[in-house]
Amino acid sequence: MNPSPHLLLVAPLLLPLGTLIACLLTRGNHRACAGLSLLGAAGLMAVGLALVTYAGRGDILVSQMGGWAAPYGITLVVDRLSAAMVAITGVIATATVLYSLAHDTDPARGRDFHLLTHGLLVGVCGAFITGDVFNLYVWFEVLLVGSFALIALGGDRRRLAGTVVYVVLNLIATLMFLLAAGLVYGSAGTLNMAELAALFAAGDTPPGVQAPLVLMLLAFSIKAALFPVFGWLPASYHVAWTPVSALFAGLLTKVGVYALIRLVTLLWPDAGLVHEVLLWVACATMLIGVLGAAAQTEVRRILSFHIVSQVGYMVLGLALATPLALAGAVFYLIHHIVVKANLFFIGGIAARMTGSERLPAMGGLYARAPWLALMFAIPALSLAGIPPLSGFWAKFVLVRAGLETGVWIAVGIALLTGIFTLLSMSKIWNEAFLKAHPLGAAGSRALSGQAPAWWATGGLAAITVGIGIGAGPVMDFASAAAEQLAHPAHYISAVLGAPGR
Amino acid sequence: MEIVAAITAGLLAAIGVWLLLDRNLVRVVLGIVLLGNSINIAVLTAGRLGNRTAAFVSSNGVPELAANPLPQALVLTAIVIGFALFVFALAVLRRTWELHGSTATDRVTEVAEAPSPDLDEKASR
Repeated sequence: MNPSPHLLLVAPLLLPLGTLIACLLTRGNHRACAGLSLLGAAGLMAVGLALVTYAGRGDILVSQMGGWAAPYGITLVVDRLSAAMVAITGVIATATVLYSLAHDTDPARGRDFHLLTHGLLVGVCGAFITGDVFNLYVWFEVLLVGSFALIALGGDRRRLAGTVVYVVLNLIATLMFLLAAGLVYGSAGTLNMAELAALFAAGDTPPGVQAPLVLMLLAFSIKAALFPVFGWLPASYHVAWTPVSALFAGLLTKVGVYALIRLVTLLWPDAGLVHEVLLWVACATMLIGVLGAAAQTEVRRILSFHIVSQVGYMVLGLALATPLALAGAVFYLIHHIVVKANLFFIGGIAARMTGSERLPAMGGLYARAPWLALMFAIPALSLAGIPPLSGFWAKFVLVRAGLETGVWIAVGIALLTGIFTLLSMSKIWNEAFLKAHPLGAAGSRALSGQAPAWWATGGLAAITVGIGIGAGPVMDFASAAAEQLAHPAHYISAVLGAPGR
Repeated sequence: MEIVAAITAGLLAAIGVWLLLDRNLVRVVLGIVLLGNSINIAVLTAGRLGNRTAAFVSSNGVPELAANPLPQALVLTAIVIGFALFVFALAVLRRTWELHGSTATDRVTEVAEAPSPDLDEKASR
């Protein structure tokens, strides 16, 4: 293998790290720091796209750090799913950094934002490309440290209160994960995911490994905000600074979903008890999330509850476990990250134009900013699954996979959730856009220097429309990624060398 | 050796969970630290405990009484990370005390759940 793929594999880690250091060195100069940050994020996007091209050929890229062969060394693995996740991380990072430039009311906060964002990105990318469980823990911690500081950024009383909730519950999840990783090592003697999968595939499951793995799934479920353990998310996301909550909404729960997909497809490739449980958890997550959103009257809280319900769709795809369903889950993952971050961006612009985030105190945006209304309509309709947009295809594939598997209840709940999503989107539309502002003309305010924010939301909206219209190639990629996930033997042999070892 | 470690881990975990369920944030944070340490001991024990020989592999193979070095490395990483998180939690705690004048969890969640203020009010505060 020529050296360039190896370099490409480490690039998603080195690039944000380099940007972080560059930002640290230029802390005095705000413009330079912001420019470097934007450059670094764009670079990450380029690296992600390069990885997608490489992985798109069907090979699984593997790099053993320090030349120690798996399962003893640290392995970096990129298959199609990982590559797509890194690419989409780059896209969201670029959009968020761009958006933060327009949202920058306080330069000091903006400066720390750039630093911490790239720290967070190191962790996110690391979690996407690592090949063993303990490193996954370490990358989770890296992104956690970044996210802790980001959510507390510029903290007033309310934000700090949200931070406390976020910190405590995420720490508990992480401790559970660490314990699970240690116990898995104790019973299986390995931390390498491919070797674990090989043990499972060979049928000689080490005694006592199931319990820690279930604990690990529970820890991932907390990270992904699945049904019984999602409470921390709507309790904390709505207090953060808008670019921060957009970044979190786009990326962080999806790292948990990614970890779930990776572990479940590797260890339990065939439908079984795990999938059965995940199916009901997914149904409950979809329904409870969207019902929670119905009770809220603040833009970001509604959107936060929607993250929960949307994660349910992805896990539904994982639970059905057919190649089609997995393809749907991958497609949903890609589409949802773009759409959700964009909705938070637009919510932020709308809040600053009307002076409030509470729906009763908002209004008149359609008359004032028809462009913003259009920008809102695209991701909102996509989230609800209205035809030509990306969300429709994602839901369509999942529903079809559900019908093929014959789980009518899950299909019914998925469709019902789509209707409820549309209802709460129309609630935001009616209250914030159509209704006149309660304070009349006095309630609206002019925003200046918003060009970067428009570029960010416009770019993401274009991607949403693009995925919707060009659904064919994206779905082909998602199907190919699902094919890789459905046959872990490739992954195992790519990481461990000789097949069947 | 394992039984002592197991009892210690269990005891620490029990105290940690008990503290976590408290209303006071200081005790919640201390509970997390205790829970973290109990988990570190558990991870260490999950490998192979042994304290008679250095954990070097010679040409004769692994010495009988050597500890497994991998969990030690894992726990070392976990301790470092855990320490950083503990410090951050303490910083948040201190700031919470300054801003809220209280570290009662109910009070803190109440503030987080309060309706979002208008943006001007937020800026003026």
